[in-house]
Amino acid sequence: MIKKELTCVLCPNGCPLEITLEEGPTPVIKEVVGYHCKRGPEWAEQELINPMRTIASSILVGGGDFPLVSVRTDSAIPLASIAKVMEAIKTVRVKAPVRIGDILISKPADTSCNIIATRHVRTAS
Amino acid sequence: MSAAVSARQNGCDNVLLLERDRILGGILNQCIHDGFGLHRFGEALTGPEYAQRYIDEYEKMKGEVMLGTIVLNMDAERNLFVSSRNGFTKIEARAVILAMGCRERTAGAISLPGTRPSGIYTAGAAQNFINLQNIMVGKRVVIMGSGDIGLIMARRMTLEGARVEGVFELLPYSSGLPRNIQQCLNDYDIPLHLATSVIQIHGKERLTGVTVARMDGNFKPIQGSEWFVPCDTLLLSVGLIPENELSRNASIAIEPRTSGASVDDTLMTSIPGVFSCGNVLHVHDLADWVSEESALAGQFAVQYLNGEISPPQKSIPILAGAGVRYVLPQSISGQRDVTLSLRVASPSRNRVVKVNDGERLVANKKMLRLHPAEMIHIKVKAEKISEAGRLEVSVA
Repeated sequence: MIKKELTCVLCPNGCPLEITLEEGPTPVIKEVVGYHCKRGPEWAEQELINPMRTIASSILVGGGDFPLVSVRTDSAIPLASIAKVMEAIKTVRVKAPVRIGDILISKPADTSCNIIATRHVRTAS
Repeated sequence: MSAAVSARQNGCDNVLLLERDRILGGILNQCIHDGFGLHRFGEALTGPEYAQRYIDEYEKMKGEVMLGTIVLNMDAERNLFVSSRNGFTKIEARAVILAMGCRERTAGAISLPGTRPSGIYTAGAAQNFINLQNIMVGKRVVIMGSGDIGLIMARRMTLEGARVEGVFELLPYSSGLPRNIQQCLNDYDIPLHLATSVIQIHGKERLTGVTVARMDGNFKPIQGSEWFVPCDTLLLSVGLIPENELSRNASIAIEPRTSGASVDDTLMTSIPGVFSCGNVLHVHDLADWVSEESALAGQFAVQYLNGEISPPQKSIPILAGAGVRYVLPQSISGQRDVTLSLRVASPSRNRVVKVNDGERLVANKKMLRLHPAEMIHIKVKAEKISEAGRLEVSVA
């Protein structure tokens, strides 16, 4: 039995979690303490097996009132896939107008997320 | 925007929003990371999305806005002297809500030692270049100060292909949120050096590196602990200061501890009818609290216009006691319930935040973890304080 300390990243509270677990190919969690909401234990288990993260970046826009449209993943992706997802984000070009929530890339790097626009970019006048 | 929306919702039809930028939303526009809106909207939004919620709401009410407009001066009679491309205007307001936000402490403000090459930016300036203007600021980066913007920018620069050599924090603890240490530094193996700071800048035309050193308890470099970190870019994340030039010109009383206006329990400043909210009042760690405070300011401003806020019969001062850096508001009337906002002086665990009227405890809040980076809110009931002479907030 070992103890591990993690900082939950789901919200700005950043609960300091202390996890008691049995090590092995699939770690078995015995106890999680320190969380303030029900998502804490779930997150801890996921974090030990395969950490998931959301990321934000920008995509180049042609003909818009801004040169970039900010984007984010619409669901968490494996931490290990971030580099590949960033590659996809960097190679894509879109044309104005772009609306908040538009899906600009679907399932990049074999993940299950979409890359969605987080701002309106209007056609340059 | 939150104050303007709230003022409209509270029944005032004559609201004008003045904005210096060409779009609404302020700094939120360049904060493209997520984590906004968890309290307000129950979901993790990015800055631009969070701003758009308010823009949409205000547009729906056909709220009036002047963009690209700067307020040059305001006097104690609430006359605003306003300049824009369309010319110079005087606006006579019956109530004014100040919501100018804050600014970053600069290289000059912290007396950064050494030469003055290019490649030194505040973290927010770099964020603006990268996220709004598509200009990459450098390839090999050192970050001084561990405020949240610095941490966010460490991740952002890494994702954009730069190499971040490390984050150097003068204090023995980080001033950023724990979740940002995890998801912005640890996830990318970026080292955080506590009690360590930049003591020398190197480079003539462009930054070539910095000398860093471990700090002793008095923030003096420890002899022999110095090392050189090669870099072409230094980002400063060394604190935010409420932007109160306008308030000072109007002779509004400023509280030295917060660098914001001194306010009562209606968020009214020392000038009747002038209210202050958000980061211009005190620097917040969460945008959600800014919006909440600003919505209150909007509501109180309308109550003031309706003659519903009478001059307080008495003013109960609120003092920052042991372990408390500051507490807001600075004084209250005792006529209404109030939520105090405060910050602690140093990190600690398992403490109680207490509000006392002399010996009498009027409110308390148990805290598992206290950190100067995290604002604490504590509710105080009117019936418990109406008789108080003064209140003191302390950590025990």
